[in-house]
Amino acid sequence: MSDGESIESLIRLESLSKHFGSGSTRIAAVENVTFSVGPGEVLGFLGPNGAGKSTTMKMLTGYLPPTSGRALVCGRDVQEDPLWAKERLGYLPEGAPAYPDMTPESFLKFCARVRGLTGKVGADAVGRAVALTHLEGVLRQPIETLSKGFKRRVGLAQAVLHQPPVLVMDEPTDGLDPNQKHEVRRLIRDMARAGGRAIVLSTHILEEVEAVCTRVVVIARGRVVADCTPASLAARSRYRGAVTLSVATQAGPSPLEVLAGLVEAAQVEDLGTSRTPSGELATYTVLPRAGKDLLGAVERAARAGGWKVDQMRLEPGRLDDVFRDLTGGPSR
Amino acid sequence: MMRGCMAILRRELAGYFVTPVAYIFIVIFLALTGVFTFELGGFFDAGQADLRAFFTFHPWLYVCLIPAVAMRLWAEERRGGTLELLSTLPVTRAGAVLGKFLAAWLFVGLALALTFPMWVTVNFLGEPDNGAILAGYVGSLLMAGGFLSVGACVSAATRSQVIAFIVSVVVCLGFLLAGYPAVIDFFKGWAPASVVDAVASLSFLTRFDAIAKGVIDARDIVFFGSLIAVCLTLNGLLLDAGKGD
Repeated sequence: MSDGESIESLIRLESLSKHFGSGSTRIAAVENVTFSVGPGEVLGFLGPNGAGKSTTMKMLTGYLPPTSGRALVCGRDVQEDPLWAKERLGYLPEGAPAYPDMTPESFLKFCARVRGLTGKVGADAVGRAVALTHLEGVLRQPIETLSKGFKRRVGLAQAVLHQPPVLVMDEPTDGLDPNQKHEVRRLIRDMARAGGRAIVLSTHILEEVEAVCTRVVVIARGRVVADCTPASLAARSRYRGAVTLSVATQAGPSPLEVLAGLVEAAQVEDLGTSRTPSGELATYTVLPRAGKDLLGAVERAARAGGWKVDQMRLEPGRLDDVFRDLTGGPSR
Repeated sequence: MMRGCMAILRRELAGYFVTPVAYIFIVIFLALTGVFTFELGGFFDAGQADLRAFFTFHPWLYVCLIPAVAMRLWAEERRGGTLELLSTLPVTRAGAVLGKFLAAWLFVGLALALTFPMWVTVNFLGEPDNGAILAGYVGSLLMAGGFLSVGACVSAATRSQVIAFIVSVVVCLGFLLAGYPAVIDFFKGWAPASVVDAVASLSFLTRFDAIAKGVIDARDIVFFGSLIAVCLTLNGLLLDAGKGD
């Protein structure tokens, strides 16, 4: 493999498959997964629980050998050159495991030593990772006494210690409270900005993909079902171009019936009424028929009917909707 | 490989001392060696300036205490999920297995070295054969290594330290008693003579009998060395099994 190619894609998965068990109980956890990630990309690896995200990441990081196919890090097969690949990989396993008896300081020093970062180089590496993850205040506390958020940061610090060109994170924000999630996402964005890295993070949280990822790969039942940008994924939603509006309830023909009668509308969802200081509001989401100017039609209907429109917005598309479409269906 | 191995060795060795485990183990080990040597071994009654009474009980002490040192080596990594972390750090499987084993062995070696007052006492009371005593120590350390490798191997097969401990004690006891009639008779009924002999030759106790007297044979070194090598190889293989769970 030429250097040019390896720089183009720091991570490359080629028809990666993993089957567990044998005979009639054989389960294909991952089937023919192929994608690559280049420098500067933050790839969100999205899928429902049990879709094969973790298994794929374990093969990418060399923990599990694939049944077939191969995973390349910086151009080399992780099974053929495990040490070479692992030196270039930073990995945050699911749940950010760390030795509970150790302090973040001794844990990070240990990881640095295993990676051959000793003396001043090692101390600098630990210092940089600690500064990036804001661990200064808890360096000497046993890891088992730390909060989940801090434990996650210890795991992240360990993963970026050696400034790897490839960073793999399995559910980095799972189980954290909203503030901690926000903090970890900020960290991931900081790491991405540091430049030149390929970052893969798995998640089943859609807002995360929109918040930090430049690309998204959706996996369902072990197979890749989508590979695009978060925006173009959302654009596949049947909610793209939908109009959601809140109208003060009034006498006369119900807005629901009027909206449903529009030729531009495919479907109207009644989201119920809510009581506000300015009166009772009914909220509807109108889904568009393909290629029609729904927003204009709804505005004309509102003017004609004399509705008191409290708010109206055009939807860019909903990821969760696309996600359900792509990954729903009969489960294993 | 060496750099990862050394880093793991350091971490493991330090790990014994961050919790009270190390101190408790050392205190109990020293107390029990004292009790066994002076109370049960009849050290003073024998009227001889040697450490036979001291060494004779080592196999029995090790059978209970060594599995306690070895049980956490891998079971803890499995339970805590750190096995995945360790496996994705740039260290070979052999380096990791060796690093952990050597840390445990060094730790037991330290406990053994702390029995030096015995040696001082016997030299104060008489003129012992210090060569024989040294051979006893070397033999004891080798046997400890054998027990440890068994314990490490069992620990690699389970997530539970308790299971690792119990199974290791039973396996170690099997090795200890392999030369005894109870074990030999069990095999004699159905196994060919060569198997019976092979089982009998695995016995730590018959082997250590000579060592306690201060006679260490090259075959003993080869025996314990190969036992350690086999167990550690198996240890590495067991780590790869059941990773998908």
